[in-house]
Amino acid sequence: MKLRTIARHLKEGLKNVGRNGWMTFASVSAVTVTLLLLGVFLVVMLNINNFGRNLEEDVEIKVYVDLTATDEQLRELGETIRDIPGVSQLRYSSKDEELKNLINSLGDQGKAWSMFEQENPLYNAYFVKTSDPRKTSKVAERLKTLDFVSEVKYGEAEIKRLFKVVDISRNVGMALVLGLSFTAMFLISNTIKITIFARRREIEIMKLVGATNWFIRWPFVIEGLLLGVFGAVTPIALIYWGYSYAYDTVSPMIDSSFIRLLPTEPFIYKIAGVLILIGALIGMWGSTMSIRKFLKV
Amino acid sequence: MIEMQDVYKQYKNGVHAINGINVTIKSGEFVYVVGPSGAGKSTFIKMMYREEKPTSGAILINGINLTTLKERKVPYLRRSLGVVFQDFKLLPRLTVYENVAYALEVIEESPKNIKRRVLEVLDLVKLKHRARSLPGQLSGGEQQRISIARSIVNSPKVLIADEPTGNLDPDTTWDIMEIFKEINNRGTTIVMATHNREIVNTIRQRVIAIEGGKIVRDEMRGDYGYEA
Repeated sequence: MKLRTIARHLKEGLKNVGRNGWMTFASVSAVTVTLLLLGVFLVVMLNINNFGRNLEEDVEIKVYVDLTATDEQLRELGETIRDIPGVSQLRYSSKDEELKNLINSLGDQGKAWSMFEQENPLYNAYFVKTSDPRKTSKVAERLKTLDFVSEVKYGEAEIKRLFKVVDISRNVGMALVLGLSFTAMFLISNTIKITIFARRREIEIMKLVGATNWFIRWPFVIEGLLLGVFGAVTPIALIYWGYSYAYDTVSPMIDSSFIRLLPTEPFIYKIAGVLILIGALIGMWGSTMSIRKFLKV
Repeated sequence: MIEMQDVYKQYKNGVHAINGINVTIKSGEFVYVVGPSGAGKSTFIKMMYREEKPTSGAILINGINLTTLKERKVPYLRRSLGVVFQDFKLLPRLTVYENVAYALEVIEESPKNIKRRVLEVLDLVKLKHRARSLPGQLSGGEQQRISIARSIVNSPKVLIADEPTGNLDPDTTWDIMEIFKEINNRGTTIVMATHNREIVNTIRQRVIAIEGGKIVRDEMRGDYGYEA
């Protein structure tokens, strides 16, 4: 395509946006509403996902070491664990440390445990984290087979339930996002169809004087793209403002290691990028769909 | 050159518009296509610029076989043709100059050539002085002259006209015919469907009469042949 032609298509596309004032407004509004819903949804879904990931990362396998193990054997066991595929982090905690932690975590009531300082009933322990939380149970099974391992513990039931919740929220989220995108596409394609209908004569003449289909299509595709991008502006602004506000108010109120909102930046920029991209794509798709019928001359 | 061999056209609604047409039109000829309404004239004309595709048979225009022509090649066929309609088909928001230039812009002609060619053809149809007007400010005859200018601006070998004088008063009709004659004299083949008995009987040319989707008469220097 010649540069001159590209410039012409851009100019025509822009001109059409201005020329079809009310239809432009209608299309942009349609995109705005859908992208706003989609954007809010994305924000919520990504945050849920993030909670899920944080929870997953919190999963630790606790390996209690048999008291008969010598220091040397204890050290060897540590090295064997480190070599198991899927193990990403390893932390050792002696039984004395374990007791101290226990006492500290119980506060005042913990003092009752102080009497065990002479005769510590706890075990030395290794804390294992896996590179992928889904490998946890596999790694745990492997750990059970090692020498001097007296017990392996991890929240089996909790983990399974957690994964289920995270999976369901992901799937439901994806389905809703897809559904909303399609709604937006049909809204745009319908509004653009009306603008094209008003100009079917122009298209007919172009076809009769020998314009190729792509030559005719480009300005409409650009028009659709612009409508989509314009439609993304308001939702982005609202979400930016809304999320920053929510983040600043909500974050200080929750004190938890895993339920945390994603920091405003760069998260909000990613959302903005996604919304612009989706707006542009559905705009272009919508106009391509709606022009098809009119090209058959 | 235009050649049709055993051409049949049946529309999806079952109407048999063309029932076996064989015809050869040599380059440089001026041909009237006449016949009653619904005889198949329009279909005959539309098949030439591939708005309609024959159900069977072969159509050759300047060596291009329209029956086997791929959809995406159709634009290139149309660049070698000019088409004029009864309702002019001008774009109301564009000026006279822009309307004519449009036909060259969409085939990506260079701006220099566009300007030269547009002024040339506006001169030919004697409307150079109205270049900046909008179609709505012109009379019907003037609008048709613009549409003719647009149809020949890319120097087509064949000019196809579907009742070009159907909406015009008699005086204007003669002006338009003058222009067609001039274009024909420059070597362009002209195929013109018409209901205008006076034109056909005065400016004698080859006459092809279509009835019931068939050619019923084909005479060099023929007459209109139907009662008015």
